[in-house]
Formats: sequence, C-alpha cells, structure tokens
Amino acid sequence: MEFNRLTIHELQKKLRDGSLTSVEITESVYRRIASVEEKVHSYITLMEESAIWQAREADRRIKEGKAGELTGIPIALKDILCTEGVRTTCGSRILENFIPPYDATVVSKLKDAGAVLVGKTNMDEFAMGSSTETSWFGITKNPWDLERIPGGSSGGSAAAVAADECIASLGTDTGGSIRQPAALCGVVGMKPTYGRVSRFGMVAFASSLDQIGPVTKDVEDCAIMMNVISGHDINESTSVPAEVPDYTKFISRDIRGWTVGIPGEYFIEGIDPEIKAAADETIKILEGLGAKCLEISLPHTEYCVAVYYIIAPSEASSNLARYDGVRYGFRTRDGENLLDMYKKTRSSGFGAEVKRRIMLGTHSLSSGYYDAYYKKASQVRALIRDDFDKAFKKCDVILTPTTPAPAFRIGEKLDDPLQMYLFDIFTLSTNLAGIPGISVPCGYTKSGLPIGVQFMANHFEEGKLLQIASAYEKNSTIERRRPNL
Amino acid sequence: MEYEPVIGLEVHAQLLTKTKIFCGCSTRFGEAPNSNTCPVCLGMPGVLPVLNKKVVEYAMKMAIATHCRVNGTSTWARKNYFYPDLPKGYQITQFAHPIAEAGYVDVEIDGAKKRIGITRIHMEEDAGKSIHDESSPSSYVDLNRAGVPLIEIVSEPDMRNTDEAVHYLRRLHEILVYLEICDGNMEEGSFRCDANVSLRPKGQLKLGTRSELKNMNSFRNVQHALEYEIQRQRAILEKGGRVVQETRLWDVPQGVTHSMRGKEEAHDYRYFPEPDLVPVVISDTWKEEIENTLPELPMEKRERFVEQYGIPSYDAGVLTASRDLADYYEETARLCGKPKTASNWVMGDFLAYLNEEKLEITESPVTPQRLVDLIDMIEDGTISGKIAKEVFEDMWESGKNPREIVEKRGLVQITDTAELEKIVEEVLEANQKQLEQYRSGKNQLFGFFVGQTMKATRGKANPKIVNELLEKKLSIL
Amino acid sequence: MKITKKEVGYVAHLARLDFSEDEKGKLTSQLNTILVYMDILNRIDTAGIQPVTHAISLDNVLRDDTEKKSIGAEIALASAPDGNMGFFGVPRVIE
Repeated sequence: MEFNRLTIHELQKKLRDGSLTSVEITESVYRRIASVEEKVHSYITLMEESAIWQAREADRRIKEGKAGELTGIPIALKDILCTEGVRTTCGSRILENFIPPYDATVVSKLKDAGAVLVGKTNMDEFAMGSSTETSWFGITKNPWDLERIPGGSSGGSAAAVAADECIASLGTDTGGSIRQPAALCGVVGMKPTYGRVSRFGMVAFASSLDQIGPVTKDVEDCAIMMNVISGHDINESTSVPAEVPDYTKFISRDIRGWTVGIPGEYFIEGIDPEIKAAADETIKILEGLGAKCLEISLPHTEYCVAVYYIIAPSEASSNLARYDGVRYGFRTRDGENLLDMYKKTRSSGFGAEVKRRIMLGTHSLSSGYYDAYYKKASQVRALIRDDFDKAFKKCDVILTPTTPAPAFRIGEKLDDPLQMYLFDIFTLSTNLAGIPGISVPCGYTKSGLPIGVQFMANHFEEGKLLQIASAYEKNSTIERRRPNL
Repeated sequence: MEYEPVIGLEVHAQLLTKTKIFCGCSTRFGEAPNSNTCPVCLGMPGVLPVLNKKVVEYAMKMAIATHCRVNGTSTWARKNYFYPDLPKGYQITQFAHPIAEAGYVDVEIDGAKKRIGITRIHMEEDAGKSIHDESSPSSYVDLNRAGVPLIEIVSEPDMRNTDEAVHYLRRLHEILVYLEICDGNMEEGSFRCDANVSLRPKGQLKLGTRSELKNMNSFRNVQHALEYEIQRQRAILEKGGRVVQETRLWDVPQGVTHSMRGKEEAHDYRYFPEPDLVPVVISDTWKEEIENTLPELPMEKRERFVEQYGIPSYDAGVLTASRDLADYYEETARLCGKPKTASNWVMGDFLAYLNEEKLEITESPVTPQRLVDLIDMIEDGTISGKIAKEVFEDMWESGKNPREIVEKRGLVQITDTAELEKIVEEVLEANQKQLEQYRSGKNQLFGFFVGQTMKATRGKANPKIVNELLEKKLSIL
Repeated sequence: MKITKKEVGYVAHLARLDFSEDEKGKLTSQLNTILVYMDILNRIDTAGIQPVTHAISLDNVLRDDTEKKSIGAEIALASAPDGNMGFFGVPRVIE
C-alpha cells in the first residue's frame, strides 16, 4: 500500500487503531523517495537510519498508549532548520559540512511530538530565491512538470509533499517562500504571524520577516502541524508570549456571514488569466458558503517589492557576515592573509544570487544611502502595515492569488533578477506587515499546473485562515489530482 | 600662538554580571580559551540573542550616578564590520537611542571644581580576543570574552589638559567600582579608555582636527599618551603644519603614539536597528527601584566626611578611595569618638601595612575595634604614641588584642613621678658633658635629655612627665 | 539612483566579496535595474513617518543573570576549518 499518499489525520487514525505501524509508513516513504527522488530532487540530506529508529520508537509508544500529536508521522525539514548532529547546509557551499550542535526549537518540538524526521529538503541558497534553482546542491523540479521550477525558496519542502516523499514538511517564509512553492506544487502552505513560531535555530535570512510554517497535503494537516510548532520560546526575543488555540477546532466550521476582502491592487493587468479565473471561481464558492465578498484597497501594494528588496537584503547582508571561514563552514585554502581569506572564502562559498543580495543590502545600509534606502523602505513598510490594519476593520480575511502565474520553466528568470523578484509580488506584503497567510490549491491550468489562492488575516488570526481554507477545500469542485511521476 | 588642548574620552567598562549579555555563558576571566562559549556567543547559524536584565540595571546605575537622563525607550543596533574576534560580523550595540544621555561628573583639581559633561552611556557586547604571534603565519582567536557586557561612557570634549582627563577618568573608575558594577581592572581590560585629542588656538571656538588615541591600559599610560600627543600636535601646528584625522596607538615601551594609517578600515559600519532584539523600556518605577539601591557615591561621601568628622578634605579623599576603606574608617571613628585621631591611624600605619602586604581591607588582621582599643590606650596614657606603633606591628602580625600585647610585653607607660625622677637624675648624672653645655646656654640639648630618658625606659616613660621633670631639674641647676 | 562600477567595488570590499571585472560589470547593470526600480519609493512623502523595524511590537524581553552550561571548547571548535590548541586559527591579520 502507498501509505505515503495519506494525510497526517488519516494516518493518525490508522496508527491509533493499530491497523498500521509507523515503520510501515516510514518504509513506504523511503520506497517512494527511492523511486522518484532522482527526478524531483527534493532532498539535500536523507536521515533514513535515524528515521527508522524513530519509527520503531513511535510504534512502541503508540502500543504503550503514549502517542503524541505527530507520533510516527514522517516529516521533512527544510535544510535551513538546525538539526543536532545532522548537517545543515542552507543550500550553500559555505555550510556544506556544517553540523550544528543544537536543534532548532521547531525541530525539538517535532521530536517531542513523536515525529519521524525523514530528511532535509532542498532550497534556494540561504532561502534567497523563488525557484529553488540557486541551491549549491542542484535544482529541485516541480513534480507536476519536471521542466519547471517548484517555486521557492522552500521548493524541496513543497515538492516532497506534492510527490508524497513525506507526509508533511516544514518550510520557511520570508517573502512567500512557503506559500508560493505550495501554490506551484498544489499543496497547502502557511506562513504564521511573525512571532508565533520560534525562529531559534532557523538560519536567518531577514530577521524581521522570517517565519517558519508547515507545508501539508490538506488544511487539517496544516492545523495539526501548527498546534505542534506554535508557541512562545524564551530563546527568542521576538517570540510572542500569547496563548495558542487548538487550531484543529477551526476545521469544518462554517464561514457564514464572514466578509472576504478582495483587494483591487492584486487583480492587476499582467496576471495570468487562468490564475485570475481560478481566484474568481474561489470567490464564487465562498459566496455560496454564505461569505460576503467586499472590494477593498491596499493602496501601497505597488511598493511592496521595492520595500521588501531593500529591507530583506539589508538584514541579510548583516546576517550573512558570520560566514567568514573562521568558526565553521567552508574556508578557501589559498588565503594569503586575513582579508584575502575572507574575500576568497565568501566569494567561492556563496552563489551568485546570495552575493547579489549581500551587495544590494550592503549598499542600502552604507554611508550616504541609509536614509534613501533602508530608512525610506522602513517608513513605507509602516504604510503597508497600516493598509492592512485599515482593511481588517472591514473584513475578516483577504483573498488574493498566491502567484501572478503558474510555475515557470527552469532557467527562465535566472538572469533577470527583477523579473524573479516580481514573481513574489502577492506574498511579500504579509511578511512586511507580520500577518499570517495561507495558500490553498484552487485548480489547475489547462496544461495541468497547480494554482493556489492566498488568504491573509490579521495578526494571530491563523484560526480564521484555517477555517476559511478548510471550508473552501471541503466545498471546492476541483478534482483531486496527483502528479504523474 | 598659544594652543589649547581639547580632550574627550570614551570609556568601555565591563560589567560584573555572572553571565554574558545575550547568552548564559560565564563571564569569568582567565579560563581555558573558548571554553566559555555556546552557539549564541559563537555566532552559529540560527541562534538569537536574549538580553540579560542585570546589564540594563547596571547601566542604569551608572547613568543615575553620573546624573544622566535615563531614556524611557532605548533600542539596539548592529554595527557591521569584519574581524576574526567578532563572531557574527556585527557587534550588537546601541546607536540611535542609547540607554542614557546628557549627564556629568564633577572633578576637583587643586581645590577647584570642574564639571565634565557626559554625552551618552550605551550598552553593548564585547568582542573576543585575537592573539598575534610574530613568528607564526596565523593569528589565534579566543571567544571567551565575546558577548561580555560593556557600557560605553562617552564624554563631551570638555577637558582642557591632561590633568583634567586623568581626574575625570579616575572619578569614573571610582564610581564604577563603588557601584560594584565593574572591577575596574585596566590591565585585564575591564576598564578601557580611548581619547580624542585636538588643539585649537586659545580663544577659538571651533575645534581643531582630532586624533583618536588607543591602547592606553593604565592611568599612567593615559597621562603619558595625552601629554605626548598634545606635544606632537603642538609641534606640527607651530611649524605651520596640519594635524591629520586618524587613529593613533600608544606605544608603551617607546613612549610615543603611532599612526594606524593604512591599517585602518573605512568607518562605514552600516548601523541599522537590530531586528532580533526589542526595545528596552524603563518605567519610572523601575528607575526608582534601581535608584534606591545606589550606595553613597565617593564625591558625596567625601563632602560628608569633611562636614561630619571635621577632617581635612585631603584625608576625606584618601579615606573614600574605596567603599571598604570608607566603611572601615567610619566604624573606627564611631567606636573611638575621635575622628581625626582615627583618620591619622587609618591613613597612617593601617594603610601602610595594608599596602605593604597588598591586602584587601576585608583581609586586614586588625579590626576597627582593635584599632580603637589601641587608640584608647594612648589616650588614657597607658602607652605612648611611640610604643603604640610597636604594638600595632605586633597586632598586625599576631592578630592579638593590644591590651594583651602591652601587658605581656610589659609596655605599660611609666607614669610614676618618683620612679621617673630617679631615672632623670641618673640620665643627668651620666651625661655631664652635655649638662655643662646646656648650662652654658645650649638650650637645644633639652631634647637630648628627653631622648636619653625615653631610651633608658625603653620608650615607656610618659613623655609629658619626663618633660616636666627635666624642666624642673634643669631650671634648678 | 544608479550605482557606479567604482561604488560596486567599494561595496564589495565592505562585504568582503571579490568580483572579476566582468562580474563587476554585469553586477553593476543588474543592480542598476533593481535600484532604478526602487526609485518608485520616492513617489511617497514619508516625512514624519516612524519607520517599522519589527513586525510586532514587544518590549523588555529579558532573561535573569543565571549561568547556563557552556558547550565547551571541544564542541565549539569541532566545525572550525582551523581549530588548533583550543583556538580558532586564522591567517595572520595584515590588511
């Protein structure tokens, strides 16, 4: 049986009623990996040995009646999350051999919940990219069309879930890096509110925007994962000490009487007509469920890309200064003196896109440019956040397409950074405002590529996102397909 | 033309917290290299800082003690530069909104008070240590110190000569140590000073071009480096030259400052708000709480000593050099009721022995009570002041109480007039030659007879009675 | 605002990166495409607007001054490219 195709909640039932063991599930996952990984390349590192051991341990605990929320469920981790004793590369040559002596908080939480950790998924180097083409460890392909990108930067995490190479995974989202690949791979992906899930142990890209979140096969699984990974962490100063609700309670609640905001700025010319049609279809279904759709305005939307591509590279240029060949990671062998060692190590340790962003960020912060770039962008960021504050006074959630187009072809935008950046146009704003967002599959293009719809809600209203996303999922008329691999 | 030096100082003080500023690693000095480290202070990927509350409280203490305005909200920034002992490639510090601003300390030079302004006090993390070995192609990095909390105290350019600068520095040092927030050890680097020095024609308001002096790890070095630098700049200006704005290192063995030109980086630190830390908000209640824990500060204590104990301000200065010494003195003065006598003893023999053996006040074998017992024995005539010094030495070595020592060693003063009269007569008898000279008008020989009498009693004779007896005898003769 | 090739060289040095002349040329033009795009921000008057530097508003996140066990020099140096005698070794500092 292909147990690897099932969802967390389906597997939980079978594990509890004893009809299935975690070892059986885990083995089916690795069988699948053995057969499709060569084509898809979702993973950088596989953890089969420890996973089988964890599965046995899970089966023992289930027998003892001590099962946790994820006991026995095979989960994959984006290779940006530190794992004690298991190399964590962030998709970069500079961390090719880095083995952290600590677990990220989310990794500890997954372990405590009994999860079986399958492996570390591929990603754009240091999460900088929209296509998973910039990894030092090769390109991940879209399981729906191997000629196309899976999205990024959490492309490996999304592809692994779409290709049933794991049951669910964790990704990280700094400007859309969970939601965008989830949309392009036809799975569910959520970026929680900033501060909801601990960032401790996530290799930092842009600290004020980064957030970890789940990639799952359906909305209920997303709620289960959120229950496990959310919560305050004393090791992070920006972790919010707010109570976490039971997210699974939001599944299957109706949305009658809700107001869904439709921002005109997200339905602009240039967006793919099939994407627009899928979003319109989604709106119709929601209206059928008793929700009221309201046109709203987020007037500063057109500035999001500019603001994001100043703030994120600025923070990144500083966050990536620690990769200097001194304490860990790659170091060039032919550094004649310190300065030479620094420059050669960093120049050959980082890929082109990472270097481009370090340059952009360093420039934005440098003497004479700070006010024009970093400060200006941070001020416009205030306006973008205010747009959302105002909007959420009028509506419960906001609906937009997740991406302006379906997955593009490998290599298509690699030499045109700005076009690549503009592909994130619909997802950046939630990171800038710190609010949560979710992408849910809402159809396919004629050529069979998945399309996602995005919902956004106010701070700490992940529950609302899960409620409307699950209501939509249960009532949508689109047929359920699987990629043909 | 007459030139006036303008000096401003930047002082870095390591705070005496148990743990580092952003992680729980120990701040102990002198441990094996890289042993006081964890992923946070090593700057490993993915780790995050969490602020040590004590650091804020200690910084607040210094701010209040130096009359600064404590800012209600202060924020963190990153200062970006590459150096092997800076693990993250940036230092977490305060930039736009420091914890405190606009304070001052008063210094007193030859009785004249001068107020030196403090621009700002901010909190930051220390870097590690790089060890350079001339014979090796490598440098070595120890990160034990990386993340140890510092406060930086930046003065206004208010000092006009080396003396003022050194006095100001000593005041800051004294306050930090009094507050018990810094151990003040300059050699180990827990108290460090950089100086900005410039010269301008006297009477001109505009500041001249400054140089920044570094690597001065003692008060004496600061004094010498500043003196040297002022001379150097003066010589340049007098020859019609121009001072270059640069960083200069004080070379201790050579006694000169060297330019760091060429080795210096462009100062483009790309400061920006630290996204991983949230603002520090200090309420009035919190500030008052800290204010209430402040001890009496050296300057106040000095003034109070002069007023309360009627001692000279010089004495008050010596006695308030540390909190322990001041406490010792106050206890002695209280127990003996004669503050000036107490001050003479504490400043005299007590400090001399203490310094000789390099002991802390708290390690002294002579307690205030014992010292007062000794003073009392002088006052009531049991022993002479001279014998008292001998007794003190014994007390220091044996730790015994002075009465026991005096009794055991038979040091009680001879006050029996009849007995002393006999001895005086013997002395006069034995020194006929001097007696004749005295008679022939050599009055200064009076002291000689006093001395001989004291000698004959091995110092135990009551000097007052001896004087009286001699006056009587010699006038009769 | 455009960036010059010379400025690209300056920024590269600040960031401790090295580029060949060819790379520098390509980078300059790529950065300029992006920087020119950024100019749209100048359409907004931001005078007096408080910059947002954190996505959520928290303050006074503090920990007590209690010691946590260090990982020790051996683990600290385990991943170091040059970890001799308890130190991190680096090429001699000559700039």
